[in-house]
Amino acid sequence: MKPELQKQTKQWVRAAGVAAIWAALISAPFWMPLFGGYTALGTRVLVLGLAAMSVNFLLGFTGVLSFGHAAWFGLGAYGAGFVLKWAVLSTPVAVIAGTLLGGIAGALLGALLVRRRGVYFAMVTIAFGQVFYYIAFQWSSVTGGDDGLRGFERQPLDFGAFSLDLLHNDVYFFYFALFCFAVAVTLMALILRSPFGRTMIAIRENERRARFLGIPIEFHIWAAFSLSCFFMALAGALYALLNNFADPRVFHYSLSGDFVIMAVMGGMRTFWGPLLGAIVFVVLQDYISSVTVNWMSFIGILIVLIVLFFPRGILGLIEQRRAA
Amino acid sequence: MLELTFFNVTNGLIIGAFYALMAIGLSLILNLSGVINFAHGGFLVIGGYLAFTLRPYIGFWGALLVAPFLTAIIGFVVERLLIRRLYGRDPLYSLLLTFGLAFIIEDGTRQIWGANGLPFSVPEALMSPLSTQFFFITGYRMFMVAMVAIVVGVLFVLLRYTRIGVRIRAGTLDLETVAALGVNVRALRSLNFAVGIFLAGLAGVLAAGQIGLEPTMGDSLLMPSFIAIIVGGVGSLTGTLLGGLLIGVASGLTAVVFPSASEAIIYVMMAIVLLVRPRGLLGEEGMMS
Repeated sequence: MKPELQKQTKQWVRAAGVAAIWAALISAPFWMPLFGGYTALGTRVLVLGLAAMSVNFLLGFTGVLSFGHAAWFGLGAYGAGFVLKWAVLSTPVAVIAGTLLGGIAGALLGALLVRRRGVYFAMVTIAFGQVFYYIAFQWSSVTGGDDGLRGFERQPLDFGAFSLDLLHNDVYFFYFALFCFAVAVTLMALILRSPFGRTMIAIRENERRARFLGIPIEFHIWAAFSLSCFFMALAGALYALLNNFADPRVFHYSLSGDFVIMAVMGGMRTFWGPLLGAIVFVVLQDYISSVTVNWMSFIGILIVLIVLFFPRGILGLIEQRRAA
Repeated sequence: MLELTFFNVTNGLIIGAFYALMAIGLSLILNLSGVINFAHGGFLVIGGYLAFTLRPYIGFWGALLVAPFLTAIIGFVVERLLIRRLYGRDPLYSLLLTFGLAFIIEDGTRQIWGANGLPFSVPEALMSPLSTQFFFITGYRMFMVAMVAIVVGVLFVLLRYTRIGVRIRAGTLDLETVAALGVNVRALRSLNFAVGIFLAGLAGVLAAGQIGLEPTMGDSLLMPSFIAIIVGGVGSLTGTLLGGLLIGVASGLTAVVFPSASEAIIYVMMAIVLLVRPRGLLGEEGMMS
């Protein structure tokens, strides 16, 4: 095949793949029950998938490992909960408020972090993530403490002429989450295609060279970090709405670890990999924890195996095969 | 008030010494191998539980001596089999591996010794308060601090004056040159890892005597140890020691005025250090920045 033609085929395959992903997502409530799935599980996959993609936005495309992203996820969750509980009875307002809370907090703290790199960056993000865990845990008059934030629920989506009951109809809420997911993922893809996104990748590939080219590295890393915090907080807000509940564990570093694992398992150098990783991880966790009490060991062994034998992840492996 | 302050500062120092013991082990591994050992808390748990199992046979003192060594051997094997493969790869992978290991250890502990807390009693001689006025300074607490002081002191002397110690310190600064000079860096890293895990195991036995045993007991000690390293400065063991003591005292002092913030204060300290002196109190400029 001529190179030109080969490139074209590749683009077609890619486009077909993306179309297939969207088709599968949109039709999920219809085919999932056939495989023993339920709609809430699908929404969970979607929300955690968005979170994993947000982590990967930073990890896979800027090469910066944040191991404390659950902090922004949790802030999104509590932000949405607070709004519904005390301020406005509106699902969209709650989602937006949660996203802003987590995103802005992430952007502010991010300014403190961006001068660190590598392991040190990871360690500082872990520690900062835990701050919010303690706050949520200790400040029980506001956050409900260990019992979590209760007493709020998803509100109907009002369109004037008609309204959708998100609370009692899981399928409606799935589509609401899918809409938010689509907006976020489209934004991510657009950012990655822009000159800014290309610069992120340049920093990942060779930070020193990028610096010599006159690129303000710290600013770019900070911006990428902040953007990923906003996406993360959106996922968190949706998560609180999904459960009608938020507890301090949404801040815990083990959740941050789960997100990183999803990204790595799916393929952290690929755009859709983390979603695939989230599907595998969530379904496995759901299944294993229903058959054995030792699910932690299984997840742990899975993590060890992935790190040792499949560091490129599922999609990474497929792409490598195709390239060979 | 004065007595309360004194109580909390002493308490803080004791906890700080404990954080430092954990953090120095973590720091040793981080400095030489570039691995953030998430399973450090898990190894602490193993140390504590091994001591629990050994105690009926060899007594408290025997367990205190043997359990850390056994933990170190487990650590050595883990390094040989798993962690060694990840040197030279993105630090992400070793971080994830130890994260997975922590899961396995916690679940394994629960499987072997049960999910409920277990008591771990210390000899009568260590339990009595030293004086009636300062009832809170039990012999055991003093003993813990003394143990930490001795072990850390011995470690520092070994690092300073023995050949292997000098190599470990040199490797922290420039591993490539050390390797080029003909030092077996792989063996050095294994040994160094085992020493770090030994400290975790010892911390586990000491903690068991104070707070009893629980499969998740390592979890709450891991974060302060990270912060001790960040506050003290990555790359400096003295800094880590200082960092551990400092955050211990700070949280003790905060407990006097605003008890519910005593855990949050250490994060505030970390934020201040990162703002004012990003490399940490005694950290090298440019070290893992």
